[in-house]
Amino acid sequence: MLEISTLHYLVLGAALFLLGVIGVLTRRNVVIVLMSIELILNAVNLNLVAFSRYWQGIHGPAALHGQVFSIFVITDAAAEAAVGLGILIAFFRNKETVNVDEVNLLKW
Amino acid sequence: MNPATVPANPPVATPFFFYLLAAIMIIGGILVITRRNAVHSAMALITTLLAQAALYLMLYAPFVAGVQIILYAGGIMVLFLFVIMLISIERTQKERQFNKQWLVGIAAAAALGGLFIAVYTTRTGGRTLFPEGRLTYLEGENTQRVAALLFDRATGTYMFAFEIASLLLLVAIIGAVVMAKKRI
Amino acid sequence: MHGAIQYILSYLESNQTPGAAGNVFWATVYILLVFVGLSIAVIAMNWLERKILAHMQVRLGPMRVGPHGLLQPIADALKLLLKEDIIPAEADKIVFWVAPFIVVLAAFTVFVVVPFGPTHAITDMNIGVLFMLGVSSLSVLGIVTAGWASNSHYPLIGALRSSAQMVSYEVAMGLAVVSVILMTSLNETSTGTLSMIGIVQSQLAQREWFIFKFFPLGLIGFFIFAVAMVAETNRAPFDLPEAESELTAGFHTEYSGFRWSLFFLAEYSAMIAVSSIAVTLWLGGWLRPFPNALPGSTWELVFSLIPGFTFLFLAGMTFYSTARMPKHPLFRVQTIGLGGFGALLALVGLILFIPGVRVRVQDIFWFSAKVAGFMYLYIWYRGTFPRYRFDQLMKVGWKVLLPTGLALLILTALVAMRTELLADLRGAWRP
Repeated sequence: MLEISTLHYLVLGAALFLLGVIGVLTRRNVVIVLMSIELILNAVNLNLVAFSRYWQGIHGPAALHGQVFSIFVITDAAAEAAVGLGILIAFFRNKETVNVDEVNLLKW
Repeated sequence: MNPATVPANPPVATPFFFYLLAAIMIIGGILVITRRNAVHSAMALITTLLAQAALYLMLYAPFVAGVQIILYAGGIMVLFLFVIMLISIERTQKERQFNKQWLVGIAAAAALGGLFIAVYTTRTGGRTLFPEGRLTYLEGENTQRVAALLFDRATGTYMFAFEIASLLLLVAIIGAVVMAKKRI
Repeated sequence: MHGAIQYILSYLESNQTPGAAGNVFWATVYILLVFVGLSIAVIAMNWLERKILAHMQVRLGPMRVGPHGLLQPIADALKLLLKEDIIPAEADKIVFWVAPFIVVLAAFTVFVVVPFGPTHAITDMNIGVLFMLGVSSLSVLGIVTAGWASNSHYPLIGALRSSAQMVSYEVAMGLAVVSVILMTSLNETSTGTLSMIGIVQSQLAQREWFIFKFFPLGLIGFFIFAVAMVAETNRAPFDLPEAESELTAGFHTEYSGFRWSLFFLAEYSAMIAVSSIAVTLWLGGWLRPFPNALPGSTWELVFSLIPGFTFLFLAGMTFYSTARMPKHPLFRVQTIGLGGFGALLALVGLILFIPGVRVRVQDIFWFSAKVAGFMYLYIWYRGTFPRYRFDQLMKVGWKVLLPTGLALLILTALVAMRTELLADLRGAWRP
């Protein structure tokens, strides 16, 4: 318990992932659903960086592949947040609500 | 003075800081998914992101920590706060905050949690999951090593991904501008 | 006990910052010193701003509270602390309470990496400049939440305008900083670096300040950063979001008393922080003038005497003003006060002549002198330029500074890599 190992970081990442999944599946407000998606991506990043440190111990100090990949994930999260919020604004302009249950314009 | 030749100093009070930051992150995550007010959720998420940046520093990844602070906490969350303010949602604070399928959602999340617990407590033939080595690397040279992986002619394997990421950002910019325009 | 004293004394032989040496005690001491120094600097800035603006506008400024208004900042602080704390009726109490603290935290945390000397920083992070830019961009969050939590029109518009302005000029700042980082990679022996101490050391190794490198590219980069940093801190001429004649003080309209003083403190600290970035990146940080052109121990001695002489000069000016005070019995207390202040300055100047103190303090003095020059520039801008309208402000940020920064980056890269590029081209043309 006292010696912090890779497993500690992975369990923390899994817990955050779980919280994000609960947020995505149960909340009504679209903005909070998007924020839960950011929480999920952060949990993934934590896993990647923890594994990068583990990999560094095996393959030498220059093996930072996990960190480089997590930079790409952060970039990706930024792009996705921008587009998602743009879609939200367009939808809000049409229907005046941010309620997930009412996003049903394509329903017959 | 070249930081790579200076001997590493042992980190101070690692378990205390890890558990403190982990507690901040978990509490922040719970606040994100349970607050009625979206601005409160956003501020809890900012706290979680900053605690995560501190965890990256503990994992000897200062460049990723810097990128996290600039992009996530200083960029994406500002975007979220702008949108929350433009969409005035005082009405939604008085309605229910969990959607119609919340029971199915909780069941799916419980199944996922069970899967995680099963994976992390498995013992495959007596071996533990992640055997540790002694790591004493400094944070000096971290940026230079990340740059070598990205850009160096000899060792860089992520150059193509870097260019594709910039193309992705261009597409996202155009998409967001088109989506949010009043008349296309 | 002996181990503790050994721990404290072991740092004094090392040539690293306390953070890099892992010494928690000295890191705490440095943090307290920076905190106290910053508070004194903000108080001094308050007095200096009012006096210098007044003298630029051909009037005298505060003269009553202490001798020549020297106690005016203390009177202001007392007033702000004792004022009634008003919270608007429908405001969100938690967010309203938290917002000033976010801004203050962002403004003060930046000073962890500011290098006052080769080992006089709290720590030397590998990502120094990135950390400073990132944490100072966190103050945008505080401003946005402050404007929203006030639940009133003017603060909301002011907050949105202010944060849009800050985010726009951060891009230009980032581009100017990147062009300097490119220049740091041109050392003969070491690689490029983002660390603040490393940037100043590469200026020392390359024997010129980066403002003069690849003339005029360094100068243009410095100019872009100087303009962007004024807009970043919401100061004149870019202070539309908080100007009193436009938006009734913008995002901090509804904040009174102690909370307003937190915003004020954060604004001045942010000014000092971005000035520190500019000084470190372009003006050679803690380096004295001509460290390579005029080397040797006699020149070191000459330049190390300058801090003491500066304080003695200031003390001399104070004594001269004391002599010119009116000879009226009601002015006796003020005359004695001014004379005492002059004596204090003279004492500091004499302390700075002691050889042990002289050697340690001269880096800090040169750094602070350059940052003080920037503070004077800030006040000068406020007294001279008319205010930008908001659309003009955004136009300058996106249509002028951003393309100039991009062109500067490309040109700097081309000029820095010219020999390799020409070799590559010649190699490619070989049949």
